[in-house]
Amino acid sequence: MKSGICETVLAPSKDSTSALFAGLVGLADDALVLGHRLSEWSNLAPLLEEDIALSNLALDLIGQARLLYAYAGEIEDKGRDEDDLAYLRDEHAYANLLLVEQPNGDFAATMARQLLYAAFMHPYYQALQTSADARLAEIAAKAVKEMAYHVRHAAEWVIRLGDGTEESHARAAAALEELWPYTGELFEMDAGEQALAGQQIAVDRAAIRPAWNATITRVLTEATLKRPADRWMQTGGRAGRHSEHLGPMLAEMQVLRRAHPDATW
Amino acid sequence: MPETPMPLWEVFIRSRSGSPHKHAGSVHAPDATMALQAARDVYTRRGESVSVWVMPSSAITASDPADKDELFEPTGTKIYRHPTFYEVPDEVGHM
Repeated sequence: MKSGICETVLAPSKDSTSALFAGLVGLADDALVLGHRLSEWSNLAPLLEEDIALSNLALDLIGQARLLYAYAGEIEDKGRDEDDLAYLRDEHAYANLLLVEQPNGDFAATMARQLLYAAFMHPYYQALQTSADARLAEIAAKAVKEMAYHVRHAAEWVIRLGDGTEESHARAAAALEELWPYTGELFEMDAGEQALAGQQIAVDRAAIRPAWNATITRVLTEATLKRPADRWMQTGGRAGRHSEHLGPMLAEMQVLRRAHPDATW
Repeated sequence: MPETPMPLWEVFIRSRSGSPHKHAGSVHAPDATMALQAARDVYTRRGESVSVWVMPSSAITASDPADKDELFEPTGTKIYRHPTFYEVPDEVGHM
């Protein structure tokens, strides 16, 4: 910021506005895509109790996405609301992490994916609560409680699957191996996000790594599961380069709104 | 599908500070920790609760329905045990 008078959020530069918009949409896309994935379990979960639990987790995430999209729409100031952003963007405009778009697989894969994501997002929102952007701090204060429960729920299941039967252990181990290459993206930041972190608006993702590591190690140790080796990591989700799984998911999620624009109920 | 049926747990929720836990229903879960989570997910979705208890359903000893005449019938004629002959002042509040 060059101006010495209004040097904070009062008069954001064009660059920082678009960086904030991009950051909000990325976070919102993560939450919405994972929330939609979890909603696909509706009526299919192994237990009635878990069916409801998965829907609860989905609704937490979709609620977070709504707050983030709504704010993004205001920041962008082109008249797009949360629904426009969720339902009228194509696959390549989606900026979610590749991790969250991965298919549900079996129950172990869904719980492993949830743990890997929530173990990051809980400390992330914890840190975001002190954002210089008051609106972001408010959203984080709501989300942090929800993500704490997501960590707890996913962790308890991963522990029981890992330390369960031979088959449940094998499935949990396979799911971790499969998903591990998608965890590198959690810590990636582009120049815009780095600039926002420098202004204490966004969170430095690298600083979340110790907390993420601690949770993952604690849970996997108790689950008698081996932590997969860090190796070549997948990337591209933030730039709109997605796996083959996102397109079909969005098609299903968006079809109603696209077929009946501005329908109300 | 679980290969063996999961144990059943009874769920008690307290709707606000100071009021007693009340029976809300039951859940299936492999152990107490998971039962507590299931109870939270199934019975507190609409903000009903500030506290949850779970206990194994198998720990309950219940009366035999066949004994209901000898257990409960005799109280029917003892209306003097009901505190309905007193007026409770409004200030007393929740009793």
